[in-house]
This record gives sequence, structure tokens and C-alpha cells, in this order.
Amino acid sequence: MATFPFDLVSPEKLLFSGEVDQVDVPGTEGDFGVLAGHAPTVSALRPGIMTVFVNGNAQRMVVLGGFAEVSAGGKLTVLADLADSVEDFDRAALADRITAQQEKIKEMDAGNALDKAIEQLDHFKQVDNHLQGTGMH
Amino acid sequence: MASLKDMRVRIASTKATQKITKAMQMVAASKLRRAQAAAEAARPYAERMDTVLGNIASSVTDVAAAPKLLAGTGEDKVHLLLVCTGERGLSGAFNSAIVRLAREHANRLMGEGKQVKFFCVGRKGYEQLRRQYERQIVDHLELRGVRQLQFSHARDIAGKIIARYEAGEFDVCTLFFSRFRSVIAQIPTAQQIIPAVFPEKGAAAPAASYEYEPEEADILTELLPQNLSVQIFRALLENNASFYGAQMSAMDNATRNAGEMIRKQTLTYNRTRQAMITKELIEIISGAEAL
Repeated sequence: MATFPFDLVSPEKLLFSGEVDQVDVPGTEGDFGVLAGHAPTVSALRPGIMTVFVNGNAQRMVVLGGFAEVSAGGKLTVLADLADSVEDFDRAALADRITAQQEKIKEMDAGNALDKAIEQLDHFKQVDNHLQGTGMH
Repeated sequence: MASLKDMRVRIASTKATQKITKAMQMVAASKLRRAQAAAEAARPYAERMDTVLGNIASSVTDVAAAPKLLAGTGEDKVHLLLVCTGERGLSGAFNSAIVRLAREHANRLMGEGKQVKFFCVGRKGYEQLRRQYERQIVDHLELRGVRQLQFSHARDIAGKIIARYEAGEFDVCTLFFSRFRSVIAQIPTAQQIIPAVFPEKGAAAPAASYEYEPEEADILTELLPQNLSVQIFRALLENNASFYGAQMSAMDNATRNAGEMIRKQTLTYNRTRQAMITKELIEIISGAEAL
């Protein structure tokens, strides 16, 4: 299977860099899979789980927002606000974010910004639920 | 001439100073290791961000409609200099090198008849610039109590700057910090962050037309402030590493100088002591001869 270069970086560190088979990216407009030879794309990310396929092994990462870019050369770069593998992810930090977001929503006036904040909160909660589920295994 | 006791006291105090500088050097060395790792870990993100934005910027269809952070205000009258320095001194020329670069830049701009404003991050730079440009400093920020630099600190600074930019307070923003090359080489650097500049890619690379999800404008309005935070974050981390590097070599120098001083002082002390003994002997001998 054709592979393509993929980089996952967060402001604190470089999390992944190498050749991969496929990456499933949680975009704001829905999840999308990237294979070799994908058209040049720029997408915003929503908080979610990203799946990276290397040599048939699936590796799952939590990303909390950011951007994904497929360049003209077919290289995928994910600039995540915060990212970690599912195993290492600090769930307490996510819980803090959820509470902070809830506080923020309380103080906001109705409007587009509020809708966006609520949507974001839902995404955070979704990720949290998901992690709770996998934590049982 | 100083008495022998005075000299002993002087030597003891130099030794105490040497102990302090030695300790500071070792503390700086251990902190440097962490700061350097953090700075190096942040580099990939900043570099990728630059590439991605550069790619997008070169393919933006309508430059005039692009966000102001990318296209600029179309004017070049008011410059904001964001000067990032350390919180503490005792680090050789680290702080003054950054301030000097910023000052040269400011004087050149003012010579061209432009207006210059300052935003100081870090206490030392603020103190040095205040002497000369008191009225032009629009804001300053100290990161004193900060144990470990977080991305959120950079985001706060970026937020303040963007707010001022959107209020039309300046046209161009330049960031000053010290790039960490090695322990003995820290390079004061000026980097223009608003409007964003990207390395020229040359005509060979065709501008790809991207598919945007959601819209191009939405992406850019999110990506550009993020880029600003990232560049500031990187500057702060590089600065931090440079600071400890500079402090380490400054303290190493100080320790060596103190050692040299102790050697000289001990030499004078021993000479004086011997001279006194000789003098006393002569007095005794000549006294005995007189009998």
C-alpha cells in the first residue's frame, strides 16, 4: 500500500513524524480519511480521536482542535492545539477544560460565539466519554 | 597600606562571592538543559506552522479580502516593537543585546519619521527602555512568578497584541528576542510578525489550490492568531534557553575571575606578611647589635 509522510505536532512537542498508510482526521465538517495522493486540503479540526495506520497497525491519538493540511506534495501536517496518544492522555486536563468551557458559556450572550462554544463543549465531552469507554479495557 | 587583617577579610569575601557564582553557574546549567529541551521541542510546530501558512498564503485567491493580520493595514506609519527579555540580570549581555537591537531598530524607524511604540515582556527590558522611551511604552508584562512557560502565556500576549492591532493602534509589529544557538552563542533577533511574512519560495513551486473546510476565510481567521501565539511562544522559549545559557557563561567567567582575584590577593597578602616579618627581624637584629 502506498504510504505518505505525516507529521503530528503540538506547540509543546513533535508527536509523530514518518510514513503512514492512512490517517483518519476529525475535521470540523466531519471526519475524513487521508490516503496517499490526497488532494491539497486545509481543514480545521474539532476535538476528537485521530487514527493513524502504520503497517496495518492502528494508533489512536487524542487531538483537541487545530488544523490539518495536505500539501500539494501529498504531505499531511496536523497542527494540534493539544495532542497525545490515547494511553498517555491527561484526562484531568480535559476535565479542567470542560469546566472552564462551562463557566465561559454561562457568562456569554446568545449569538454565534455562544453556539460555537457549546459545540466545542460537546466535542470535549464526546472525547471524554470515548476515553472513559476505552479506559475500561 | 591595608593591614593584614583587612586583607584576610577581603580574601574571605572574594571566596564567598566565588562560591555564589559557582552555585549560580550550576543552577543555570541544570535549568538550561530543561529550557533547551523545551525550546527544541517547540521548534517543529513553529516551523510546520510557518510552512503551512506560507503554502496557504501563496494560494490565497483574493489578497485584498484576506484578513488584516496577513495582508497588513496597507500603511506603514506606526510600528510596535514587542521586546522580550529576561526577568533577571546577572546574565552577561543577554538583556542589553536584545534591548540594543530594539533601540537601533526604533531609532532607525524614528529617523524615517515613523512612530514607534513598545510592548515589553520581561522586567529587564522594560527597565532599560523606560529610561529612554518612557512615553512610547504602551504596555509591559512580567513573567516573574511563572515557573514553566505555557502556551497559554503566549496566547495571552498574542491576544493583547491583536486587540491593539484591531483597534488600529499600529501597522507593523516586530518581535525581538534572542535565538538560542548554543551555550556561548545567543543571537538577538528581530522578526516581523504582523503582517505575517513568509520565506520566499521561488517561482518554481506552483501555488496549489487548496480545498478548504470550512471556508478559506474561517480558516485564516483562526490560523493567523494561532500563528502569532506560536511565534511568540517560540520566542519566549528561545529566550528562556538563551537566558540560562548566557547566565551560565557569565557565571563561569565570574567564577574564573574570582579565582584569579583570590590568587592575586593571596600573593599580596603573603608578600606583605613576609615584608613585615623581615622588618621585625631587622629591628630585632639591629637592636641586638646596638647593645
